[in-house]
Amino acid sequence: MEIFPVERIREDFPILKQHVYGKPLVYFDNGATTQKPVRVIETINRIHREQNASIHRSVNWMSDHMTQLYEDARKTIRAFIGAGKISEIIFTAGATASINAVAFSFGETFLEPGDEVLISTMEHHSNIVPWQLACERRGARLKVIPITDAGTIEMDAYRNLLGDKTRIVAVTHVSNTLGTINPVKEMIRLAHERDIPVLVDGAQAIQHTAVNMVDLDCDFYVFSGHKVYGPTGIGILYGKEQWLERLPPYQGGGDMIDRVTFEKTTFNELPFKFEAGTSNYIGAIGMAEAVAYISEIGMQAIHEYETGLRDYAAGLLSAFPGLSQYGTAPDKTAIFSFVLNNVHPFDTGMILDKFGIAVRTGTHCTMPLMNRFRIEGTVRASLCFYNTHQEIDRLMEGLQTVTDMLA
Amino acid sequence: MTIEAIQQEIIEEFAGLGEWMERYNYLIDLGKDLPAIDPAFRKDEYLIRGCQSRVWLNADLEGDRIVFTADSDAIITKGLAALIIRVFTNHTPAEILAANLDFIDKIGLKEHLSPTRSNGLVAMIRQIRYYAMAYKAKMKN
Repeated sequence: MEIFPVERIREDFPILKQHVYGKPLVYFDNGATTQKPVRVIETINRIHREQNASIHRSVNWMSDHMTQLYEDARKTIRAFIGAGKISEIIFTAGATASINAVAFSFGETFLEPGDEVLISTMEHHSNIVPWQLACERRGARLKVIPITDAGTIEMDAYRNLLGDKTRIVAVTHVSNTLGTINPVKEMIRLAHERDIPVLVDGAQAIQHTAVNMVDLDCDFYVFSGHKVYGPTGIGILYGKEQWLERLPPYQGGGDMIDRVTFEKTTFNELPFKFEAGTSNYIGAIGMAEAVAYISEIGMQAIHEYETGLRDYAAGLLSAFPGLSQYGTAPDKTAIFSFVLNNVHPFDTGMILDKFGIAVRTGTHCTMPLMNRFRIEGTVRASLCFYNTHQEIDRLMEGLQTVTDMLA
Repeated sequence: MTIEAIQQEIIEEFAGLGEWMERYNYLIDLGKDLPAIDPAFRKDEYLIRGCQSRVWLNADLEGDRIVFTADSDAIITKGLAALIIRVFTNHTPAEILAANLDFIDKIGLKEHLSPTRSNGLVAMIRQIRYYAMAYKAKMKN
């Protein structure tokens, strides 16, 4: 196997040279947001300096050119996720905005009193609360798929929960807290046997593994630009055309209309029906640049390297005395949630911070999952392809100091 | 001892400490030494919502002075809470409201009192002032 050129790749990310409290930064908070390669930074910078003009409305050359770049970005995303049609790629503000759009529009159209929305115990709040709100508006009920102690979906329970009243399943591809990779393809197949559509939250999957919408056969797939090495404030809602056609617009405004009179407005065709207002077109182009960058490295190469990091870190963490891990599924990404014996995660995080090691502590926007494990929170280290084995060693040294100071 | 004098005392204690690890170890010791709050006050009514580490705070009026007790589930936060309690406890509401709290900055722990830190300490100091305002109003009546 070819050696993954991690040192060269690190050169592409200027921020990784930063020092924190005089120590070289170890950035293990990639689940929260990823850093940006210089290509993405330069693209955004260059457009602002040389090319900025509002898209989709002007007669001038700059605007036409900008529109072209924006629509090219859509094509890049379509190819990256293997979607069937360009009209199925909607630019949104991020994964949360995408889920809210579906929960609202789908809820208004298809949820009736007594209907059920099925989610899992390990969902991020962003894939819980929009459905809760939709259920409250429509008199529907939220049902929750239980998980095992290892942090995997209980598939038998899932099969039993799929019922005549289930209108939609909303499940995460990869758990942001546990790293579990859910068997979404099988879950989609089971739901489709009953003609139930499935939304997949891909916010923690898209940057780690190749996805293909046609192969997955999901009805909706969402993710955020800033978690896939792109800018903040941009994301994707993929939806099968047959669903997007049937859903009403979520927001009204410019660009999404066909014709407006005070009596009646007719809407623009897909994908513009769901892109009200001036789009974050520079964000979209920045995200496409990020996606092009990781595509050149290769998702398979990234996946293999990250799997190596995962196994190395998992081995060391498992052997660390007094450390409890949450999320021990065999099929998982390099996300590690753990608690040291009798040490509050916040204390662990504060001491690691002094070593220049950026982790996240707390509930990770998954409070119901914390309740499932009867814990208040965890320390989460989330790794990606620019991290190194040496950085994992530094985490372990940091944890040893935490133990010496506190345990 | 005045609030100002107590702060000065803490600043001098920290002046003898080295880099962050010694400071943190000192805070950890302070946290361990601070007696756990009366379980009656380790409840949601007394909880200061700090997102990640939880801080409980109680205030009782004894004569014309407020006595504070506090606790936290995170030990470094508890050490910081112990310092804040030590500064404010056993003072009158007027003294508390007039106090200028600058010792945290001077002992090199400023980052722990930034509003973006979700440790509950900024909210704890705000709550101490609310207690002082409330008791001040009560004493006038």
